[in-house]
Amino acid sequence: MSDTPNIGFVRHEPIPPSAPPIQQAGVVKWIRENLFSNWINSILTILSIYFVAKIILASTPWMWNGVWTTSSLRECREVLQGTSGACWSVLVERWNQMLFGFKYPVEAYWRPTLTFGLLLVCIAPILFQKLPRNMLMFSAIYPFLAFWLIWGGTLLTPVVVALSLIAGYLAFVKMERLTGFATGLLTGVVAVALVLYLGSFVTAALPEFIALEPVASRDMGGFMLNLILGTVCVSLSIPLGVVLALGRQSNMPIIKGICVVFIEFIRGVPLITLLFVANVVLSYFFPPGTNLDLILRVIIMITLFSAAYIAEVIRGGLAALPRGQYEAADSLGLDYPQAMRLIILPQALKISIPGIVNVAVGLFKDTTLVSVISMFDLVGMIRGPISSSTAWTGIYWELYLLAILLFFVVCYGISQYSQWLERQLRTDHH
Amino acid sequence: MKKTVFLGALTVAGLAAGLVSAGTLDDVKARGKLNCGVTTGVPGFAEPDANGVWQGFDVAVCRAVAAAVLGDNMAVEFVPTTGKTRFTALASGEIDLLARNTTWTMSRDVDLKFEFVGVNYYDGQGFMVPASLGVSSASELDGATVCIQTGTTTELNLADFFRANGISYEPVPIETGSEAAQLFLAGSCDVYTTDRSALAAQRANFPNPDDYVVLPDVVSKEPLGPLVRHGDNDWGDIARWTLNALITAEELGVTSDNIAEMSAGTNNPEINRLLGTEGTLGEMLGLDAEWAKRAIMSGGNYGEVFESNIGAATNIGLSRGLNAQWKDGGLIYSPPFR
Repeated sequence: MSDTPNIGFVRHEPIPPSAPPIQQAGVVKWIRENLFSNWINSILTILSIYFVAKIILASTPWMWNGVWTTSSLRECREVLQGTSGACWSVLVERWNQMLFGFKYPVEAYWRPTLTFGLLLVCIAPILFQKLPRNMLMFSAIYPFLAFWLIWGGTLLTPVVVALSLIAGYLAFVKMERLTGFATGLLTGVVAVALVLYLGSFVTAALPEFIALEPVASRDMGGFMLNLILGTVCVSLSIPLGVVLALGRQSNMPIIKGICVVFIEFIRGVPLITLLFVANVVLSYFFPPGTNLDLILRVIIMITLFSAAYIAEVIRGGLAALPRGQYEAADSLGLDYPQAMRLIILPQALKISIPGIVNVAVGLFKDTTLVSVISMFDLVGMIRGPISSSTAWTGIYWELYLLAILLFFVVCYGISQYSQWLERQLRTDHH
Repeated sequence: MKKTVFLGALTVAGLAAGLVSAGTLDDVKARGKLNCGVTTGVPGFAEPDANGVWQGFDVAVCRAVAAAVLGDNMAVEFVPTTGKTRFTALASGEIDLLARNTTWTMSRDVDLKFEFVGVNYYDGQGFMVPASLGVSSASELDGATVCIQTGTTTELNLADFFRANGISYEPVPIETGSEAAQLFLAGSCDVYTTDRSALAAQRANFPNPDDYVVLPDVVSKEPLGPLVRHGDNDWGDIARWTLNALITAEELGVTSDNIAEMSAGTNNPEINRLLGTEGTLGEMLGLDAEWAKRAIMSGGNYGEVFESNIGAATNIGLSRGLNAQWKDGGLIYSPPFR
């Protein structure tokens, strides 16, 4: 019986794993898990698909059929002969009014455009730490350059303001070393006022020195106005908000009281009320002809409004810092301004960034409220002159679609940036 | 520099608060521009065109006054106002003249301290309904939802009308005319009510104008006219007589075509007085002799202004109706130039 047992088959390699069942892989799996995981989700998915399809089917031919070359809504209707189609001609004819307002000189459109382009260059080093730090020099120059480009007039005006601020800073640094923060600040303010006063003679003497054609604030409008209000108010309200937040935490009762009353008052009042005050009530306090610029009044009001909100966001950041940080600063022998600048604020602001960005996005969209006080921002242009003109009255979707697009691009950009920033600043590495 | 200007402004504000309305004519001349309040846009009455130049029936009044006072009908700074901001803009001195289809009412004239200088358009409130509703008179509108602009006299007239007729309605308040028209077209309200001129203008641009009818009822008197502040009668006179000059020019047959010829002198003494070849009417106003000639040349006489902005040949297509000259059975009537 030496016969070896008759082994018909010996497997030398493992069975190759068979492909997963079709329901457990790839697209099908993703769809099952995400869209049809249970019967409620299935119903919601089907409903969503139905509505999305309905919207696309209805809007695509309307957009595709659009008319681009007519000069009034009536002609659009004639061209379309009753078929469904958009009248894009209104955008062709009025795009410049929607972007720049209807009174900004056409030959000067390059100025706000360039200013916007430079804005991106200016905020890049602030937003992205990896960029070379000497780009911040340009960021410091930018506000003055932007003012000159948009409002025009002689280059000397912003130069004098810039010089006064530099003089103020230098005076502050010198005096702070010698005597301390408070006297340093006072000297700085005096230096600013002095240089401004002397500089006003120079600008008065040379109004044509490297001058651009001046444009009055009243002539600004369109999306440009939204961008101006948004950027100026956000950048002014952050420092103001920091001051208010610190003031609210102060041990000095008067300062604390003022800050609390200010913040709670502003937060308790709707923005639209403040805008009406800026437009209507303030003009009673000035004689005719010496009116404070309407844009300036609105900028002041929106800045105060958002400063109150940002102050509360930053207060949240300050409260989140452990007590030990404050005590550590004290034990190092730092005085209050030094402790705040070197230890507390850098950490508190880092925590507050998402909140500040949130306020900034909200504020940027709130700038469209100025249309109710008859300023022609993007929405004001649409509601007022464009949809009330003889040629275009009765047109809505085309105009508001452009407005939606413009705002979406900016706000989505800001939101994506803040998410990226949160990932960058995350210190709890998993 | 800014700061000194600001502080100076504050000081001056304190000193000059009581002198707000003294010498508007001098202010305008010194400024070289007329600050004129207009709407943010009403088709045919005031609207900036594609080049940003204001056009329209109310705008023509501003241009005529600027031409009379400053000699240049483009020397106008148009200040857009809403129904809510218009009166404070005028009262605070931000504007010199408000030409913004504003209804002349007693309380606005007396209580708000304004002076209406005349009427450039006689309007009346009307109702527009879809033809399919099958309504032939406003008194059949019991229980209707009504689209209405807030902050206007039409809102108050509507309440009066429905109360007087003992019927009920449900208001749908809306901010601007174009939004009201959109909601009306979308069927959010059965009735759209506002001044009949605006109804006609909106209806002309509907996709199917024939599907909508303007009811024959006129439920209010809406004399629309330019106004100035109380207290500066000299300035009020200039605005009033500039408007009257346009009206008289139509009555006397002076048009922008024949005015050059007529200003050489005619055998009608009233034309001569109007155009400054006889008498001293301009001097009495504190202006030069040719003030009215410039005002008329700026956009034509009243009839020409009407026809080119809102007349039958335009998209708006309004007929003269009440706004015909008194000789033709209308209400447009100017006191004599004597």
